[in-house]
Amino acid sequence: MPTALTEDQIKDLEKKANLIRQIIIIMLYEAGSGHPAGSLGMADIFTALYFQILNHKPDNPNWEDRDKLILSNGHICPVQYAALALSGYFPVKEIKTLRKIDSRLQGHPHRTSLPGIETTSGPLGEGLSQAIGMALASKLNNKSIQVYCLGSDGELEEGNTWEAVMFAGKNKLENLILIIDRNNIQIDGTTENIMPLEPLKDKFQAFNWNVLEMDGNDMNTVIATINQAKEMKSPTVIIAHTVPGKGVNFMENKVEWHGKAPNKEETKKALEELC
Amino acid sequence: MLNPNLNLNQNLFDKEKIELKSVRDGFGDGLMELGKTNPDVVVLTADLSESTRVEKFAKEYPQRFFECGVAEQNMAAIAAGLGVSGKIAFISSYAVFSPGKNWETIRTTTVYNQANVKIAGHHTGIATGADGVTHQASEDIAITRCWPGIQIFSPCDAVEAQKATIASVQINTPVYLRFSRQKSPIITTEQTPFTSGQIVDFWQTENPQVTIFATGYLLYQALLAAKELEEENIPTIVANVATIKPLDGENILKLTQISQAVVTVEDHQIMGGMGGAIAEFLAQNKPLPMEFIGLQNTFAQSGSPEDLMKKYGLDKDAIKSAVKKVIERKIK
Repeated sequence: MPTALTEDQIKDLEKKANLIRQIIIIMLYEAGSGHPAGSLGMADIFTALYFQILNHKPDNPNWEDRDKLILSNGHICPVQYAALALSGYFPVKEIKTLRKIDSRLQGHPHRTSLPGIETTSGPLGEGLSQAIGMALASKLNNKSIQVYCLGSDGELEEGNTWEAVMFAGKNKLENLILIIDRNNIQIDGTTENIMPLEPLKDKFQAFNWNVLEMDGNDMNTVIATINQAKEMKSPTVIIAHTVPGKGVNFMENKVEWHGKAPNKEETKKALEELC
Repeated sequence: MLNPNLNLNQNLFDKEKIELKSVRDGFGDGLMELGKTNPDVVVLTADLSESTRVEKFAKEYPQRFFECGVAEQNMAAIAAGLGVSGKIAFISSYAVFSPGKNWETIRTTTVYNQANVKIAGHHTGIATGADGVTHQASEDIAITRCWPGIQIFSPCDAVEAQKATIASVQINTPVYLRFSRQKSPIITTEQTPFTSGQIVDFWQTENPQVTIFATGYLLYQALLAAKELEEENIPTIVANVATIKPLDGENILKLTQISQAVVTVEDHQIMGGMGGAIAEFLAQNKPLPMEFIGLQNTFAQSGSPEDLMKKYGLDKDAIKSAVKKVIERKIK
């Protein structure tokens, strides 16, 4: 899919995504706990959003015309923290404080702790509803901001998600884009074993949503697909097929890396692969 | 005697003349006023617009009203999204469902998130009546007052409910508003002052033997009890606890200074309720003998509000007995 970007620009973004992956590994090693698989898998999408798509001002996080990015599955916050830090929301060196006492980088994101965090998340299935609230507020204020909600496939098992999907479909919220990290894993195993989600596309279509699918680890495709979604006239979901643990061979597609920090040796190995 | 500075309803003890109105009606009246005066106010409900009295607001301000269907979690989290985007969002449902069913959603997205959301919990207390236990919220104070940073208003009548609703938007933090369903006596008047955060003595006596702290519609039963006790030469103070959190410790100390004994009155479980809040405060500041009127570790059942209040010991007779019991404990 073509984008307006040159090959060099795409390459730069890919480098940025790689840097974000390195930061994720360092953060999680320093913290001693956290969630690498989803964080690594979503690095390309976060890079595309923060460095190409979002209309935002890192030096003025509360700028009222900014686009909103809501992370629903808060446990992959390392990828968001890395993207925020590299965007300039806070000093990169602060990433080493993740999950430690008195840090602004809470184990799951907390709105008032850190600039750039639009809302608090962690308990699953609540992000889309909050994104809807922000989309409604934007319409009431006659603003044309875009609201992006990033969530996981596992959290689609929460009933709250479908309450929100119904509501957005009914109210034709064209300023709302949901990006689902379809990486097929969750804590207890694969999604299709734990609680089958397929046919996922049909489910959303039945609730009057537009559905797009993409390779969530291909920068060019990610940017083109999100731009396509922005043009659509009713709420749009992008099912983003990603590889959990992407970029670190021994973590890729491994359920056990959902919520475990790498040790010193694993960190070294991972960074060697990424650098 | 009734506190002469409060302009309370002069017909309060006149059974023929006393006007009855559901406390929830005051919420609806307050919203209509806010609709006019505050363009940031938005209202959400989960398929209960008529019985939680948001129907008029919905008709008058359709752009600022959101029907969520039977989906209390979604309603709460949408409200949080609005509340962090400059809006003041009221969510209105039965308290068993909101903040009951959606407790964690409110905890995360409104309270911890510091979103400007006002939670209107209706059908509180066993006086909800015939619908039965499934719809009688008797734990809502317990599950909200443990949240850091929330304020809790529990008005005694429809007039005070209107004032509390309007006052809640002056506060930028989350507020829980507790309303009851059945028609109950109008105790206050338009002229009665309402200051959020204050416990106010509605019934005064020179040498009180007991201080009765009551919240919600049961304040009326406490006042009836105080009047009858006065005739039996047992002087008491009756204080209206319209704000349960933050708790007005200063006035609790002042109002118990002479009586040195307390009875608390609420249509809620004893555990974790308003009485518990006062007990926590007194235990740390001035331990006093206390008796608690409320649900004693039991669910109620269907029935008329009057029959339920009598059977479960919430009416004036139960309050009188508690006052006498606490006096005995004080003497011992």
